[in-house]
Formats: sequence, C-alpha cells, structure tokens
Amino acid sequence: MSEPIRVLIAKPGLDGHDRGAKVIARALRDAGMEVIYTGLRQTPEMIAEAALQEDVDVVGLSILSGAHMALVPRIREALNTSDLSDVALLVGGIIPDEDIAVLKAMGVSGVFGPGTSTEDIVLHIRSLMGAKAG
Amino acid sequence: MNDLLSAILAGDRRALARGLTQVENDSPQAAALLDGLFPYTGRAWVIGMTGAPGTGKSSLVTALAKAYRAQGQTVAILAVDPTSPFTGGAILGDRIRMRDLSGDKGVFIRSMATRGSLGGLARATRDAIRLMDAAGFDRILVETVGAGQSEVDIARAAYTTLVIEAPGLGDDVQAIKAGILEIADVLVVNKADRPGADNTVRALRTMLEIGHPASRQAMIRHHGQMVAAPETPDEANLWIPPVIRTVAIDGQGVDELLEAVENHRTHLALEGRRTALERQQTEIEVYERLREALIQRLLAEVPADAIEAILARIVARTLNPQAAVKALLDQYSQKPKQGA
Ligand SMILES: Nc1nc2c(ncn2[C@@H]2O[C@H](COP(=O)(O)OP(=O)(O)OP(=O)(O)O)[C@@H](O)[C@H]2O)c(=O)[nH]1
Ligand SMILES: [Mg+2]
Repeated sequence: MSEPIRVLIAKPGLDGHDRGAKVIARALRDAGMEVIYTGLRQTPEMIAEAALQEDVDVVGLSILSGAHMALVPRIREALNTSDLSDVALLVGGIIPDEDIAVLKAMGVSGVFGPGTSTEDIVLHIRSLMGAKAG
Repeated sequence: MNDLLSAILAGDRRALARGLTQVENDSPQAAALLDGLFPYTGRAWVIGMTGAPGTGKSSLVTALAKAYRAQGQTVAILAVDPTSPFTGGAILGDRIRMRDLSGDKGVFIRSMATRGSLGGLARATRDAIRLMDAAGFDRILVETVGAGQSEVDIARAAYTTLVIEAPGLGDDVQAIKAGILEIADVLVVNKADRPGADNTVRALRTMLEIGHPASRQAMIRHHGQMVAAPETPDEANLWIPPVIRTVAIDGQGVDELLEAVENHRTHLALEGRRTALERQQTEIEVYERLREALIQRLLAEVPADAIEAILARIVARTLNPQAAVKALLDQYSQKPKQGA
C-alpha cells in the first residue's frame, strides 16, 4: 500500500483570510496528499503540537499579514524543540523578494508568492519527499 | 521490547504519533508493535461519535473532552474523514473545531483518512484505538461521519456509541436514518439552541418506542455474518438509549451527556455485559481478519494471468462466478503451505 504524504496547513498570526490556504489544501488533496487543516490564528506552539500529533511530513504556513519575519523563526524553533527538525517548512503569502533568502536560511525549504501555481507547490513537496507516493 | 513500543507505553507523544502512522500504513513494523502492546490494552473507555455531516460532532468531541479533562481524565481523539475516491487525497478539517484543546498535554488528537481500502478502515481504526489505549489515555473519542459502513465499523470498535442529530435535517421519524437504534447507546440532539430541536427529540423518542433496542445485539451479529445462537432478550437488562440535548458551542447539556456515557459504562460493567460485548466484537474482528488473510494467502498462490483468464471467461459467459470461485478453491486452497 502506498503511503500518502501528510501535510499540515496552518495560518499563524492574526490575519483572518484563509482563502489562499484553502486553495492550497484542495490542490494538495487533489494531488493525493492528506492535508490536515487547522484553521486561523494558530500560535507557533499549536502548530508544532499539531505537526507532532499528526506525524506530518510537511508544514505549510500561509502568512498574509507581513509578520513572516517574526513568525517563521518562532515556528521553526517550536518544531525543532518538539524534535521535528526533519519536518519540512513551506511558507506561502505575500513575501518580499529580499526576505526569501533570509527565510531559507532559517530552515524554510520553499517560499511561494501570490503568483505561484499550486502545481509548483505539489512538485516541490514531491521532490522533498523523494520516493513517497501522493 | 521494541523502542517505539516502550516509548509509547511510557507516554511519549511523538512515539505514539509515529506508531499511529505505522498502523495506518499497515507497515511491516506495525505488526510487531501491535503484538507487543496488546497486553496493555483494554483500559481505556472507547466512545464512538457518529452523525451526518455538520451536525456538530467535532464541536461536541471538544466539549466532551473538556468535560472529561475537568474530571481529571485524559483523552485521546481519533477524527476520521473520508479519502477522495478520485485522487486518494483527503482534507482532514476536524481540528479546526478542536482549537480549545491545544496546549493540554492530557489530550492527544489524531486525524485519519479512510483511505478507502476494503475493510482497511475498520482495521486501522481498531489498531489506532489500541495504540492510544496502550499509551494510557482514559477515554478515547472516535469521530466518524455517519455514512454507511464507517458507522457500523465504529459501533464495532467502541464500547459506547453516540449518534448525533441536529434539528433541521428533516425532523420526522421517516427522516431519521434507519439503523440508528441498532448502533446508538446514546442519542444526542445537538444544536439544541436552534429551532426545531423539540421536533427532533420527539421524533427520536417515537422511534425508540417503536423500535426494540434488543434488536441491537442481533444486528451486530448479522452484520458480522455470524451464525448466532438464539438469545432470549431479557427486558430488565435492556439499555434504553437516552436522548440528550446539547449545545456544543457553549457547553449546554455536555455534563448530562458525560453522565449518560458514564451510566452506559456502568451498565456494561455489570453482569458480564462488557465481556459479552467484547466477545461479540472480537468474533467479528477475528473473522474479518481471517477473511482478509485467507484471501491474501490464496491470491498469493494464484498466478496473475490465471485470474485474468478466469475473469475473461466470466465476462465471455463461458464460466460463472460461483464455478470460478469453486475452481480456485479446489485448485489452490488445499496445498499445504511450506514452512507456514
Ligand atoms: N448553533 C449551533 N451551532 C453549532 C453547534 N455545534 C456545532 N455548531 C456549528 O456547526 C458547524 C459544524 O460543526 P462541526 O463540529 O464541525 O460539525 P461536524 O459534525 O464535526 O462536521 P463534519 O466533521 O464536517 O461532518 C460549525 O459551524 C459549528 O460551530 C451548536 O450546538 N449550536
Ligand atoms: Mg467534524
């Protein structure tokens, strides 16, 4: 039996728009992945805890508030503290170009701006997971 | 003892999460893990929660979990959602309503997709429950969408099954799904703050009066395709499912619901009823696993092109399906298995 890739999609911070996150969730589902959707206003601790309990391969964050430089390092740290340093972290949203390299240096594997096609995200996750199905 | 197993028994949450993935994937390590932890199971009380989409199951799971936490009980939650039959993917969204439970180390939440394989959900659900049980949780709440087989499966894996209704889904006796009485130990009318709740309660009570709860036992056996010895129903021993109104979003009625669940637990604890229920569930499980194992063993011996040839002959109407099965059994099932 194939083992589907499990992805947690979370919206940290205070902005209340989750349309983008839902579009991504559906695209990943349509690509055969199991997507755990946690909803709005997740703290870094909530995200790390959910990632641990759900034993996900990937955590995808949707951040539209501009607070990514503050939130992302805290979330990466919360994941590492929970012994989840091998869980890949992706960030989507409105991210200025100059922040991308900085985020990647913080341990983010992929950054996806507003123009990204969902297909690119699927391909990115598949290449991260290598042999795994889904 | 295997490391993952001892970590799970010691209450390590990461280990539990990984073990759950193994049983979900039916991975080779899962069998050893389940072997090792089986002696540590049987402590937790398993509560199934089923009902139509949107009736408030996840909200009620959260409210009930909070009530148990207030009493000092630890709670594991297994939230099952359907896999898309077209893509094999799934969106598991029950955690959205369980936000209030995060940060509490006495609670563990796991989402699970049905993955659609025949009999696979029942197996994965039972195994996941056993892991959570061995990890030491006092109560295990299992949420499944009330549709067809998953509903029956949950009643076979849980000790107490809650069926959740909500007003506005059609409030007469005809609109309430047949079969509910056979699986429900407690009937819940959630969204009791909404108009029409009284009608739903009345419709359920009417159904209870018409239906005879004793049919439950027979039904479970019937679905398990077992030949059961006839049993004389003993009126005094009957559990009549209570109808409880709740408002999951503000906690109204949740204490009463908890009490109803615990009453059912007490009821089952008496006069060997729990043992009888477990025996019944075990019988179904063993036969299910046996069926699966026999099919796999047989098919392992049949060359793929032989199956193809048989299927082609059936399609061409030169062989009928019954004869095909008989021929397969005659040719392959008698062979003693080397070393097995
Ligand atoms: N008015 C009212 N709304 C409720 C109540 N319980 C739940 N809801 C709302 O009903 C909607 C569905 O609730 P969920 O808990 O997600 O229902 P569910 O049965 O788990 O849904 P699925 O898992 O999708 O089948 C949400 O918007 C809840 O806020 C209640 O007691 N009263
Ligand atoms: Mg739900």
